Amino acid sequence: MSTEITGATSGVASRSTTGAGPDRGAPAGPGGRPRRSDRARAEARLGWLLAGPAFVVMLAVTAYPILQAVYESLFRNRLTAPDDRAFIGLGNYGVILGDPVFWKSLGVTTGIMLVTVAVELVLGFALALIMHKAVTQLRGLLRTAILVPYGIITVVSAFAWFYAFSIDSGYVNQWFDWVPGISPDLNWFAGTWTSLFVIIASEVWKTTPFISLLLLAGLAQVPSDLEEAAQVDGATWWQRMKRVVLPNMKAAIMVAVLFRALDAFRIFDNVFIMTNGANDTTVLSLLAYRTSIGRLEIGLGSAISVLLFVCVLIICFIAIKIFKVDLAGARGEK
Amino acid sequence: MGALTAKQKWAWAALTVAVLVYALFPVISIMATSFKLPSDLNTGKFLPTTWTLTNYEQILAPDGSAQELFLSSLRNSVGISLIATAISVVLSTLAAYAIARLDFPGRKLVLTTALAVSIFPVISIVTPLFNLWRSIGLYDTWPGLVIPYLSLTLPISIWTLTAFFRQIPWELEQAAQVDGATTWQAFRKAIVPLAAPGVFTTALIAFFIAWNDFVYGISLTSTEAARPVPAALAFFSGASQFEDPTGAISAAAVVVTIPVVVLVLLFQRQIVSGLTQGAVKG
Repeated sequence: MSTEITGATSGVASRSTTGAGPDRGAPAGPGGRPRRSDRARAEARLGWLLAGPAFVVMLAVTAYPILQAVYESLFRNRLTAPDDRAFIGLGNYGVILGDPVFWKSLGVTTGIMLVTVAVELVLGFALALIMHKAVTQLRGLLRTAILVPYGIITVVSAFAWFYAFSIDSGYVNQWFDWVPGISPDLNWFAGTWTSLFVIIASEVWKTTPFISLLLLAGLAQVPSDLEEAAQVDGATWWQRMKRVVLPNMKAAIMVAVLFRALDAFRIFDNVFIMTNGANDTTVLSLLAYRTSIGRLEIGLGSAISVLLFVCVLIICFIAIKIFKVDLAGARGEK
Repeated sequence: MGALTAKQKWAWAALTVAVLVYALFPVISIMATSFKLPSDLNTGKFLPTTWTLTNYEQILAPDGSAQELFLSSLRNSVGISLIATAISVVLSTLAAYAIARLDFPGRKLVLTTALAVSIFPVISIVTPLFNLWRSIGLYDTWPGLVIPYLSLTLPISIWTLTAFFRQIPWELEQAAQVDGATTWQAFRKAIVPLAAPGVFTTALIAFFIAWNDFVYGISLTSTEAARPVPAALAFFSGASQFEDPTGAISAAAVVVTIPVVVLVLLFQRQIVSGLTQGAVKG
C-alpha cells in the first residue's frame, strides 16, 4: 500500500487519460522487468487519495474500538468503583468462561442462528422462486411487498410480534386455540421455548427478504438454456432443481447463508424488546450489553465483546475453510 | 412466458396473496393495535371495536404524554441518519470510483476491509465506545452516534457503489471529450447521469440501515438529546404510570414505518438492484 508521490502527473489528468478497465498490466521498463511508470504511480496515489478516507474511517470505527476492548478486558474495571481498577491479565476471561450463564447464552445464540438460517433458506428460496417465475406485472408487486419487512425497523417488528402474541394485547391465542397446546391463557413469554419461538419467528419474518433477494440474484445467473435442455431431456422439476439450478447457484447460497448466519449471531433487538433475556433467552449480545452498559462492568463486558468477536471469526473460518465459501469471488471481486 | 391457463392464474393469485399476507401482516397487525382504545387492548380481537386516534394524540398532539419523547427522538433519528448517510455516500463514492476505475495496489484491501467491517459484531465495539465517549464528551450527542453509524453504512455503500460503477461505460467520457466537451462537461453530462441512480440507491440503503439501528442508539445515549426512535420506543411509558404504553408505542411504530413503506413503494426496483448487485456477482 505504498503511496509514492514521485509521479508528477496531476491526478485529474491521469483520470481522464486512463482506460476503462482496472486490468491493465504495468508496462515493462527498460531493463525488461516490469517497472511502474509515472502514470501508474500517479494513479496509485490518486487511488489512495480517493479510497483512503473511507478506508481510514472504517478502521477507526471498528479496529480501534476492538483493540481497546482487548486492552480493557485485561483489567478489573467497574465504573461504579473506579479506584478498584487493576490489571488482572486473563482473569475476566476466566470468570466468564467459568460462568454457566455465558455458556447458556452461547447455546441460545447458536440455536437461534441455526434455526433461523435453516428456516430462512427454505422460505427465502421459495420466495425467490416465486419472484423469479412470476410474470413481470406481478414481480414488481411481489418485490415491493417483500421489501417491507426488510425496510421496517427491527424494534418495530419486534413490538408487532410481541403484541400479537402477548397474553394481554394479543389475538394469536384466540385465533389458534384449535392448535393443541395453544389456549387463551397460554403466556408465550413465560416459557423459554415459546419465547424463543416468537423471537425466531420475528427474526425470520424480518430478514428472509434479504436472503431471498440474494437467492433471486443467484437464480438469475443460472443459464436458462441449461434448464430448458434438461427439461427437453425429460428431467422432472425436482431433478432440474437438484442437478441444474442448485449446483449453479451454490456460490450465491453459500454467501447468503454466511451473511445471514453472522447477522443472526449478533441478534439483540428482538430479544431486548420481547423478553429482555427473561426465562433463559439471554443471547450473547444482550449479555455483553447488560454487563457493560447495565452493570458498568467495563472489564467483564469488554471480555464478552472480545469473545463474541472471536466467535464471529470462528464462524467465518469454518465457512471459508470447511465450506469453501468464496466471499470475494461471489461479491464481484476477482 | 406464454399465456397462462386458468388454473395457473388461480395458482398465481393464491401465491401472490400468500406473499402479501406474509409481508404485510405484522405491519397491519400493529396498525390495528395503534387504533385501539386502552380498554380495547385486552379483548383478544384483531381489529379495534371502536377506532380511535387517542394513541396518535399521545405522541403527536402538543399536550400528549409521549409527545416530547417521540418528537425529539424522531428529530434525532432523522438528523443522525441523514448525516451518517451523507458522510458515507460521499466517502464511498470517492472510494468506489477509485476501486472501479483506477488500477492501484490496495483496491482489494479496501474491499476486503469493507467486507470484514460489515460482518463485525456491533455489540463488540459498544463497550469501548461507551467508555471512550463518556471520557471525551461524545456520550449522548449526535456525533457520538453518527461516528459508529459509519461502521454500519460505509461498508455496504462501498460494495454497492463499486458494483454500480463497474457497469458504467466510462469510455463515454472520452467520447464526449473527443466530440469537443471539456473534462468537466464530459464528466457532468456523460458520467453523472449514469452514476446518479447508483449513488441514490446507495444512499437509500444506507439510510435504512442507520434508521434501523438499536444497539448503538440504546447504549450510547441517555436522554432526549440524542436518543433515536428505536431506542426511544423502549422507553415509552403510558399516559399514567398505571397505563401501559402499548397504544402509544404502536402509534409511534406506525408513524416511523410509513416513510419506509413509501420509499419502498417508490424505489422498489432500485433497492432490489442495489441490494443484489453488491452481493452476488459472478
